[in-house]
Amino acid sequence: MVSPETENMRFDLRVIASRIEPGARVLDLGCGNGDLLAWLVENKQVVATGIEQDKDKAAFCISRGISVLQGDLNEEVDDYPDFNFDYVILSQTLQQVYEPARLLYSLSRIGRRFIVSFPNFSHYSIRLQLLFKGMAPKSEQLPYNWYDSPNIRVITLKDFRKFSSDVGYRIVEEIAVKTDYRSKGGGVVRLLSNLRATYGIFIIEKRPNP
Amino acid sequence: MNRKVQADPDPGSAGLVEKQFYTFAHPPQQMVLESGARLGPITIAYETWGRLSEKRNNAVLVTHAFSGDSHAAGFYGGEPADAKPGWWDSMIGPGKGLDTSKYFVICANILGSCMGTTGPSSINPETGKPYGLGFPMMTIGDIIETQKVLLDYLGIDSLHTVIGGSIGGMQVLEWCVRYPEMVRSAIPVATTMRHSALAIAFNEVARQAIMGDPHWELGNYYDKTPPALGLAVARMIGHVTYLSDEAMRRKFGRQLQDKSHFSFGFDADFQVESYLRYQGSKFVKRFDANSVLYITKAADYFDLAQREAPARSLQDIRGAATKYLVVSYTSDWLYPTYQAKELVQSLKRANLDVSFCEIEADCGHDAFLIPDQRLGRLVGGFLDGVARN
Repeated sequence: MVSPETENMRFDLRVIASRIEPGARVLDLGCGNGDLLAWLVENKQVVATGIEQDKDKAAFCISRGISVLQGDLNEEVDDYPDFNFDYVILSQTLQQVYEPARLLYSLSRIGRRFIVSFPNFSHYSIRLQLLFKGMAPKSEQLPYNWYDSPNIRVITLKDFRKFSSDVGYRIVEEIAVKTDYRSKGGGVVRLLSNLRATYGIFIIEKRPNP
Repeated sequence: MNRKVQADPDPGSAGLVEKQFYTFAHPPQQMVLESGARLGPITIAYETWGRLSEKRNNAVLVTHAFSGDSHAAGFYGGEPADAKPGWWDSMIGPGKGLDTSKYFVICANILGSCMGTTGPSSINPETGKPYGLGFPMMTIGDIIETQKVLLDYLGIDSLHTVIGGSIGGMQVLEWCVRYPEMVRSAIPVATTMRHSALAIAFNEVARQAIMGDPHWELGNYYDKTPPALGLAVARMIGHVTYLSDEAMRRKFGRQLQDKSHFSFGFDADFQVESYLRYQGSKFVKRFDANSVLYITKAADYFDLAQREAPARSLQDIRGAATKYLVVSYTSDWLYPTYQAKELVQSLKRANLDVSFCEIEADCGHDAFLIPDQRLGRLVGGFLDGVARN
């Protein structure tokens, strides 16, 4: 359940926060100003670590008392021992990663579970834009032009399910959400999620080797 | 708590401070150094700011760099009005990064130095003359052991943090492996786990400048003319490594000193030449050449990455509760960020709680000494977080 104190957080982060058990060891990749981790420390007493590329944001996190490493997330994940964390969170970043398969493998190595969220590229509004306008689609979740977009990976919920099954990741839970940018609000989509969800959140566990 | 209005503006001076001394290891109970040599008596010069709490749990140890001293903040009584405050005055004081209204801050001059603590210029009780090269080779570990004795004397058995830059950062790391249970947090700044060949090379050139000075006389110059030229050259080399290409371009460029044309001679034509000469001659007045030899060698020997038992390494403190904050500067070419990252990597692998931040600055290695609110804010917030845990 999403507890009321989380109201100031982005909806997808609230959903993620609600899935973390108290006292867990959590790594947040691309933790920004550390809002999610700060909330988890405060309310769930987690052992929090963040990785953030931006120097000012990393410094801000550290000065608010969160352990954060300033650096490139692809490199930083390599140094941790196996299963060093209970949860590794990669929120709204996967679509910007150059080698997503490699990164996801690292997450599965260092975390007992990992949580990935990304904008769903098969949302009906995107499909309609492509169909009727014949141009690279834009949306509130993906507001960029083709030439300046940091989002270099086009991912849909269905694609991610297939990828997970291909490489042997077990999807513990899939939460499709519909968000409202203005209010930070949102809701869970249960029906026709690949068409109606703006974001997908996947909680993944690596299948034990046979 | 959390009075936001008071947190930021107008941090104050640490005020008046007095250099104090503590002498221990009187013969025959000399201290046994890492090399096996015995040294005693040992005097340590130290200064403190703020007040030790009743629970004795708010002590902060500041470890100084190669040519630093115990005078990290504030002023001595009776100084002229234009006297400069201690070398880290921007960091230590009420409302500053190391907030003396919260913490009891201690800074001690390092073993082998010449600013009040026993070193090669001190009198050897066996001969009644200065040690010179008779001073035993000491290590960063030996420095820590003398600081530990001082803390025991002050009745301090736990440190809220140990913080220091450069060789001070090496001391921070050595504290962590030797006394992990005493150190709640550690802030190594602009430092390294071990000197690169480049850093050793610069130190060696500095040492050769001193030892090549005819006045050095195998270190036995205390009642004669000191090797001032060699020491000045050593300092000039040091200063080049503390700056950066960017900083030197910005500060000096190719500008000439007090003239509009070349002199076509070997005078100081360029501003940068004049600056280095000035730094060199200033240093000669306050520092001992033999101390440079000993301290630079101790820094060259320091290696946290590769150690053999019984020396304690990061592997011995796996999972210790100490929280680390590693800080590097973008333009530091003496201990570049890649070396800070190596340290961070080793700390992560030893399952230790580590934060890391690289600060954007063009002043080179010296950046950590230059007043800059960013370091103060980072450290202050980090230490508050340690207090909450």
